[in-house]
Amino acid sequence: MKTTNRAVRTPGGLSLRLDVRAVTVVLLLIVAALVAGVVLIGTGDFPIPAADVLRTLAGEGNPGQEFIVNELRLPRVLVGLLVGASLGLGGALFQAISRNPLGSPDVLGLGQGATAGALVVIVLGSGSANEVAAGALVGGLATGLAIYVLAWKRGVHGYRLVLVGIGVSAIVTAVNGYLLTKSDIVDAARAVVWMTGSLDGRDWDQVWPLLALTAVLVPLVLVNARGLRMMEMGDDVSYALGVRVERVRLLLMVAAVLLTASATAAAGPVSFVALTAPQLARRLTRSPGPNLLPSLCMGAALLVVADWVSQRAFGAEQLPVGVVTGVLGGVYLLWLLVSERRAGRI
Amino acid sequence: MLVESPPEQRAETAPAPPTRRAVRAFGLLLAVAILVLVALASIAIGAKELSLGQVWHGLFEDSGTYGDVVVAERLSRTVLGLLAGAALGLAGAVLQALTRNPLADPGLLGINAGASAAVVTAITYFGVTSLSGYVWFAFFGAAAVGALVWFLGGSRGATPVRLALAGTAISAALYGYLQAVMIMDEAALGKMRFWTVGSLSSATDSTITQVLPFLLTGTVLALALARPLNAMAMGDDTAKALGADLNRTRALSMLAATVLCGAATAACGPIVFVGLMVPHVVRSFTGPDLRWILPYAAILSPVLLLGADVIGRIVARPSELQVGIVTAILGGPVFIFLVRRRRTAQL
Repeated sequence: MKTTNRAVRTPGGLSLRLDVRAVTVVLLLIVAALVAGVVLIGTGDFPIPAADVLRTLAGEGNPGQEFIVNELRLPRVLVGLLVGASLGLGGALFQAISRNPLGSPDVLGLGQGATAGALVVIVLGSGSANEVAAGALVGGLATGLAIYVLAWKRGVHGYRLVLVGIGVSAIVTAVNGYLLTKSDIVDAARAVVWMTGSLDGRDWDQVWPLLALTAVLVPLVLVNARGLRMMEMGDDVSYALGVRVERVRLLLMVAAVLLTASATAAAGPVSFVALTAPQLARRLTRSPGPNLLPSLCMGAALLVVADWVSQRAFGAEQLPVGVVTGVLGGVYLLWLLVSERRAGRI
Repeated sequence: MLVESPPEQRAETAPAPPTRRAVRAFGLLLAVAILVLVALASIAIGAKELSLGQVWHGLFEDSGTYGDVVVAERLSRTVLGLLAGAALGLAGAVLQALTRNPLADPGLLGINAGASAAVVTAITYFGVTSLSGYVWFAFFGAAAVGALVWFLGGSRGATPVRLALAGTAISAALYGYLQAVMIMDEAALGKMRFWTVGSLSSATDSTITQVLPFLLTGTVLALALARPLNAMAMGDDTAKALGADLNRTRALSMLAATVLCGAATAACGPIVFVGLMVPHVVRSFTGPDLRWILPYAAILSPVLLLGADVIGRIVARPSELQVGIVTAILGGPVFIFLVRRRRTAQL
């Protein structure tokens, strides 16, 4: 690790430390996500070769291809990329703030909170897709706020945050179960698909808000990430080093909640991306610390690949992408446990 | 969550002074009295209110009046609540001692997910429709996941982190499967959405007779484990030095917890927080000695479960709020309160 660090200095005295391995991983992941995106655009009832996809994206395709690519499949892929990126970054933030690999939005109950909001809309009214998304956004934000307020006690400490999150999550899960028993079977079936997380039928209406939000939040997070890295050494050390711990934590948590909630509003609570993307990224970069940018890219790549698998793997039956991420994530964690066990670690 | 219990909880397994023991024994009697009251309330309160006289008549002088029929029906529900509550409390206490994680619960270790996945498999692929049919599936699902978590997480030296990670991983994979099935099969969804909230309302005598052998075995096993688990609480090295067989204790604890949770979950659906809450609350006044925690948990957990069931019947008249929802709504805030009260160092 020591040999792969390079310092970049500008004449003005600014300096930036670059981990060569991490930079390589980020670049490779971006390439992987884009390649998967192109493949995904080419996949469907009307297959399009990758070369034609690229040509169409460059504006030189024939009208039929242009309609399919630009109107039908490109927005879906963009939503997938943005949702995956938001979940990956949100997960990395939560895991860093809670200092716990299990401190992901899924475990904390943000997904459940968003689900509750969406379920209220689906079950009590029969809302449109946009109303469901709005309900999910409100539910996710309210849950995030509740967790923060309940975990606050002269600062929000990591383990308390996770435990309060688990408590809130259990309450909201019960409410969700109750709403499902109250609904009629048609609404319940619709709700279950939403609860699994799906990219089916996503169009430009979902792309723009996501894009706007990530364009604001990602730079904001990355600028403030320096303090986060120091906070891994503990609150007291960070204070001593001049980090305004609680302010940084609040700011980053708000950002993480917004990222997760908006991703969930667009695609439903896609499980496991927020939990595994940071872990996978960390294993690839082999660097300690939050690994924010690698996690973001990993999330985007993961979700698009999972969406491609969900369209191809089950024959005529198309399952929502959340099923794939759930199963893949579980299998990945099992593999991790088995290999760690064999290697005698943990 | 993944932390060892603080030192003051580990120390002190020496015999308590006589006065303190007397207080604890008296407390246990008090707990039994409370349990009897709650059980009576569970029989008396519902869509039709019964007087204590009618309850007495139905229990001991059954002559087939309308009141007696109501009593008989609510009796099986109450007995199931007693059994399932005790099982969840004992299982929670054993798991918390085993993982040295005061906040461990059957959900965290994947046992609920195992039972749920087995039930949905039974409904969808084997055409099982009755509770008495899928009790067995749920039980074996829980047992299989318990064994798998045990194998992956700790057959050679379990650590809290490994067990929790193994449980989370398996749960996640199984919930993916569960949702896939519910999406593809509307009939399964129709049944599963009622089962997954956790309820005592479908209790019958045959449910009870089917799960009773498992619950009794698990209870005896759990109570017998109090001493070795106490030794393990002092840390692996000390326990080994004292002659405790760590692996056997761990394996038997996992077995006891799986049998108890599996049977309770099979009969009532996944009920959260009872196994997590009650041992936690109990520990705050008994101290760390499992020889007291286990009996208290076995008596006070049904108090919580039956109390929640009664509340669910009162607040949502004329229909009812399933007990799993009430325990979560009651237990969640208490759990958060406990988490807040603990000092940062203990988290």
